[in-house]
Order: sequence, then structure tokens, then C-alpha cells
Amino acid sequence: MKNTISERIFDFLKDFPPFDVLNKKQLFLVSSNVKVTYIEIGKTVFQQGEIPHENFYIVKDGAIGLYRTIESDEILVDICDEGDIFGLRPLVQNDHYLMSAKANEESILYAISVNILKEIIENNEKVNKFLIASFSTNIKTPYAKNNNGKLFANIETLEDNNGNFSDFQTAEYSKDPVTCLKSTSIKEAALIMSSNKVGSILIVEDKNPIGIITDKDLRLKIATGFVSINKKVIEIMSSPVITVSEKITTAEAQIAMLKNKITHLCITKDGTPNSELTGIMSEHDIVVLQGNNPSVLIKELKRAKDVETLKYIREKTSNLLNGYIEQKIPIVFVSNIISEITNAITIKAIELSLKEMKKQPPVKFGWLALGSQGRKEQLLVTDQDNALVFQNVPDENHQETKDYFISLSEKITKKLSIVGFEYCPAEMMASNPDYCLSLKEWKHQFNKWITIPSEKSIMMCTIFFDYNLIYGDLGLVNKMSKSIFNSIKSYEIFLNFLGKNALINPPPLGFFRQFLVEDDGENKDQFDIKSRALMPLIDAARLLTLSHKVKDKNNTIERFQKLIEIEPQNNDLYLMCIDSFKILLRFRTEQGIKHKDSGRYINLKSLNKAEKLKLKGCFKPIKDIQELIKVRYNLSQML
Amino acid sequence: MFNWFKKNTHPEFWKEYLKTFKTKESKKIEETRFIVFDTETNGLDIVKDRILSIGAITVLNNTLDVADNFELYLKQNEFNAETVEIHGILKDGNLLKYTEIEALEKFINYVGNSILVAHHAAFDIEMVNAALKRMNLPKLKNKSIDTGILYKKLKGKKNKHFNLDVLCKEFNIPKHDRHTASGDAYITALLFLKIISKLKQERKVNYSDLFRTSNKEGLI
Repeated sequence: MKNTISERIFDFLKDFPPFDVLNKKQLFLVSSNVKVTYIEIGKTVFQQGEIPHENFYIVKDGAIGLYRTIESDEILVDICDEGDIFGLRPLVQNDHYLMSAKANEESILYAISVNILKEIIENNEKVNKFLIASFSTNIKTPYAKNNNGKLFANIETLEDNNGNFSDFQTAEYSKDPVTCLKSTSIKEAALIMSSNKVGSILIVEDKNPIGIITDKDLRLKIATGFVSINKKVIEIMSSPVITVSEKITTAEAQIAMLKNKITHLCITKDGTPNSELTGIMSEHDIVVLQGNNPSVLIKELKRAKDVETLKYIREKTSNLLNGYIEQKIPIVFVSNIISEITNAITIKAIELSLKEMKKQPPVKFGWLALGSQGRKEQLLVTDQDNALVFQNVPDENHQETKDYFISLSEKITKKLSIVGFEYCPAEMMASNPDYCLSLKEWKHQFNKWITIPSEKSIMMCTIFFDYNLIYGDLGLVNKMSKSIFNSIKSYEIFLNFLGKNALINPPPLGFFRQFLVEDDGENKDQFDIKSRALMPLIDAARLLTLSHKVKDKNNTIERFQKLIEIEPQNNDLYLMCIDSFKILLRFRTEQGIKHKDSGRYINLKSLNKAEKLKLKGCFKPIKDIQELIKVRYNLSQML
Repeated sequence: MFNWFKKNTHPEFWKEYLKTFKTKESKKIEETRFIVFDTETNGLDIVKDRILSIGAITVLNNTLDVADNFELYLKQNEFNAETVEIHGILKDGNLLKYTEIEALEKFINYVGNSILVAHHAAFDIEMVNAALKRMNLPKLKNKSIDTGILYKKLKGKKNKHFNLDVLCKEFNIPKHDRHTASGDAYITALLFLKIISKLKQERKVNYSDLFRTSNKEGLI
């Protein structure tokens, strides 16, 4: 018998978890027993403490707010919108309603009998998992050990994991490396290489790799006549070799090569140079594995003679990024690789600019990346934020020196803008006389920001504290960092101000609807993932590491990892923060790629249910870490 | 005597139907069973044209009960090719179809003494009555509500007359399955709930207010 109304409900439910994993017969049974309820705005579906109804609810249209009343305060806990389920837990657990449900907008609900679902739960493992997962996202639970990982369990069951993890796969390498002993002559070694048709040979001692000779060595050192072919290989080999373990992934291998500026990695049994050689991986092996290759890009960068080449490489990097995101490569690997390339582009822009200057730099200097580039979290091309520090000079030479570095900075920032990193609208660039300062001036500037905290100076601190030396003298930067910590030490209330700043953007609970009514501006209906979700985590990590006087960490994930070491009692919370941050960063990057923009504003209507759930899951750790900050810095009076 | 005899010739289902009106029903809107229905017909002529399908859904206490819905297609002798484009029901489709007599019996059993609700209800009720007449049965006894008239009770809508499409837009109801009897019944049911809700925001609404055909706003 035809049943048009049930079919329509079927069509709606089939897109939303957990209904999406039911088979047709089960879903049709559910659909044809739905009760459709209309709730006026402000009317209650159920009250906290009430005995549960026979049905649970799924929002068809509108928005339902879940409120928890504690003493006389009614707190909005969550907002359910299209496709969201509520009022289920009490039915399954035979408990009273823990929250009240009230219509924030006029709403149409589908009420579904729990008895029908109970049967299905028993027979469907996936539905069961989803429900457990959604309980843990909806209901306040401490980060108990036994709950670990369940926050995002729903995502794992929903997402298809068929992505191509080529970068995350164990890398392919040659398991039968060509070797010789250190007593071998260069000529013999070259003959062995030729007969094996390989471009490199490893020198081993007691089966452990001690050095390597490549075609390049033969070209540079032998063919030029610098070293005789009758000498021993030990004369020209590169040593020590960089060793890695057999389980290295392609992405890790790439990073190792980039970092060490080499083209070959030795594989040993335990990954150290003091164990048996089991293979060799060349850059070529990786190139073969994946067409688009960051090492190749870096190489091209090193050869680059003009800014157009830099621009071209930056564009290629975007393709690389797209591929990585599509393949669901772990975001930490992706941001590492992209940061390395961005840094290499910046270095090249500095080198090219230095060449254009008529004179050598008068004194030592350091080029600092600030903000997201400084934190190595910049994936999409955004504005440039940078600064320059130069060595103290006698007063009479100061202006001249400063002028030199400003004009150098102007050249550098211009090149970066041609490459695609637009000028910072707030002029936070080394070409601005305010941010091209001597070490003394910087110390003074930071001290001023720290000891006279205003809204503006706190904001400057949040940007400038995340600096990362890209080019130049490390000593200058270390002195700068030291002075910052000294200033904070003598003025500890600064941390409270920084804490206050970290709480400016509370995570919007169930923001999807709340946000819509909140904002009528240009970005109406859109969610600001940067200031509402990413910044609170970034700010929290910065504040907490600063308060522990951790100097060398300015990447948010690394900061949280460090915090786990220092505060093992908060292990679970910080792990959750790391997970959330990774998800949010990927999310922003995906959105940016999709819409060809900064990814900052997300159109909520374009998200599917799983994506929305994923985002919602990220807000809990934000809320909890903000609570921690509030308590630790005693901010309730300050707010 | 003759009358009594004649009445007794009515089929069983009709007798059962009449019996349902003997029980006294609640006069509260929340406790009343409404049946929102729609008929698809092959024309607008009550005498000449025929019902092609009937769709209906129960509304009780602000809730549509999908399990208690009614959807049925009728076999036809009359066939008007021109209206097929609108309702999509072909003379010999693959749907299970009933004769007019079978269909009406099922429908009468389904509605009982419930309050019938339809958009421009007079037409749908007359179509059913015409079919009943062909079976030598009297007219429907149910009370009825026309959502078109109910809408006019809202402030400032006194002289407005709108079709279902326009009201769907005004009340933000998605028009799924428009021009199928069930789809329209479902839409009308939501419209019914939303109009009552809006009326309640404007003033106190009693059960009896729903049935006033003329708009005596001043007296309510």
C-alpha cells in the first residue's frame, strides 16, 4: 500500500545519523510510526525532572533549546536544529529528563517511539555506537579514562575511511641497498654503483651505516679533480648519515629530508645509526610514490632567481595542500610541510632582497614570522605578519642602521605580497618602523606591553609572542625571549590580563542556531571558525605555556603536548584540546580550499550532519579549558 | 414504518458510522480527533467528476500521527486526460485501486465521528457526499472545518482568500508532494496547527470558535 507521508519522512530521516545506517525495512518501520508535532515558539516539549515520554524527538524544522536549571538559573546547554535528536537518553536509561526542551523557534518535530528504536539498537551495532557517542557529546561528562576517544567516536563511524593515505602509508624503500666498506677505493665504489645502476652507495662498518656517497659527490669532488679516484671512500663520503626506522611514513620521510637538506635516508633496524642497515630511501622513491612533491618544490625554491618563481612555487604548494586535505593526511604533517615551504619562500625572498641591497647588513639581524606563520599553523595563503630585530648599535648609528633594515624589509614584504601573502592591513610588518627595532627597543617595547596592559597591548602580545625566527641570528631572538620572560616575572598580573583575553570568545554552545540570530552583519548565517573556535585554543595554549615559562614552543599542538608533560593531571583535557584543534584546523583548511578564501567564515547551511556534529564535539574542550583558565587566573572577578 | 425499513437497508459500516455519533466527545481542542483530508478529483464538477484518491491524517493534541494516516486510490470509469498533468494519477497506473464503494466504506470507517478538516472543505465534502449519494447513502454527518475560513479569522485576513500554495508560503510549510491527496492532507494538517497556534497568540480560542463560518470577531 502506498504511503506518501511515510515515504516523505523516510526521505528526511535517511540523511541523518543514526537513521542513515538503518536498512530500508527498519527505516520504513520507523518512518511510518512517526508522530509529527508542531511546537510554538517558547513552548516546552518536556521539563527537566519529568518522567520520559514514550517518544524521543528529531527536529524536522526550527530549533529546540535544551536548558538545564540549577537552583534558579536556567542555562542553555545545547540547541538542536534540523536533524538533531534529543530526549533519547532518559528513555534508554529509564531516567528522568535531565534538561528541559523548549522551542527557540516555531518547530516541527518527529516523535519516534523508543520501543521501535530499542529493537533496532539491539540489532545494529553502528546505531548503538552512534548513540553512545552522541550521549557523550550532549551530556556533560568529566574526561574519565573510560570515556576516552568516545567524544569523536561518532565521526569515526560516520566518515568513510576510504581516503588514500599515501603519505600516511609506510614509505616504500629499497630493501637491498648497495654498500661497500670504508676501505673500498672511490674507483671501486663507483664501479659498484655503475654495475648496480644506482646513484648512491652506503659505507658500512659492522653492518651499521656510517656514510654515503652519491652521484653528486662524485661530480663535485672527483670529476673536478679535487680528490683522486684511488683514495678511499672515507675521504669523500657524507657522514654521519641520517637514519630512520623501518616504519617511517612517506610524510615523515619527506620532513626528515627537508629538515636535513638531504636526498637519502638510511633505514636501520631500530632507527638509530648504531643498528643494522636494512634499506635506503631516496627522494626519488618518494617522487615515484606521489607525483606532487614538497622536496622537489623546496629544491626549485633553492634554485629560484626571481620572485615569479617563488609565486609559481607557492601556487604549486596550494595544489599540494589540496591533495593532502583530500587524502585526509594528518593535519600535523600537512602543516609541517606547508610551513617548511612557506619558510623557504620567505628565506628566498630575504636572500633575493639582500642581493638587491647595495651594502651588506651593517649588523646582525633576525627576521621573525608572527601569528599563524610563527606558530606554523598557516595552511592557506593569508596576510603576512612579520617583524625584524637588529643588533644594538651606538646611538649615532641607530637611524642609519634602522633605515637600512626598513628598506630591506620593504623589499622583502613587497616580494612576499607578489608571491601571494598580502600586506597586513594592520601594518604588522617589518617594513613598519614600529616593528623594525633594535634588540634594546624590542625589549623596551615588550616590557611596555607587559607592564602597561591595555586591550591593544594585550592583542599585540598575542601576535608578537608567537614569533618564529625564519632567517638570521638566533642569539638576538633568544635574548628577546629571555627579556619577555623577565618582564612577565616582574609583573605577573600580566598573565591574568592575558587570561582575560583568552576568554573573550566563548565557544558558542550549539551555535548553529544561536549564531544565526546573533549576527545580522555581512557574515550572517556564517560561523567564524577562527575567532570562535581556533583562537580560544591558541590563546589558551599560549597563556598556559607562558605561565610555565616554556620558551621554545610556539606551535599550539606542541604547546599542549608540553603542557601534558608539565601537568599530567590534565592529560585528558589537553589531549582533547589537541584533537579539537586538529579537527578545526583541517576544517578551516577544507572550507578555505572549497571556497577559495581564508576559510574563516563557514556557511553552516553547507555543512552536513556529520560535519556539524564534528564541530560541536570540538566545543566541549574549548569550554573546559576556558573554565580551567578562569579558575586558575581567578578571572571571575575580572570578567 | 417505511422509513424505518429503509434506514435498515443501509450497509453495516454506515450503521457503525452512525453509532459513533452517539458517544459524547470532549469539547477541548487538545482532546479532539481531527481528520485532515484531501481528495484528488478529475474535475471540479460535483455531479460529473469523480474522486481519484483520498489522503488523510489524524491530528490529536497538536500532533500528526503518521501511523494513523489514510491513503487510497480509486478505480475510475470516467477519465479526464487533462487533469492527469496536475495529479499524476493515470487511469491504469500500478497502484492498488479500489472501487468507489470499497473506498468510501474504508474512508467512513476511518473517519468515524472525527472532525473533518480540509482546505476549501466544502468541495471535498461535497465530492464525498456525491459518491455517497450514488450508493444511496445520506450525507456525511461530521462537523467540518475549512482551513481557508479558519485563516480568515486571523487579524487582518478577513477579506483574504488564498489557495494552499500561498498559505504554505506565508506559514513556511515546505510543499512536498503537492497535488497528491496525502501530500496535500499533510500540508493542510500543518497549516491547521499553525493557524490555530497563531489564533491562540491573538486571543483565547475555544473549541466552538473553530466552527463559526461567519467572522464574528467582535463577539469572541
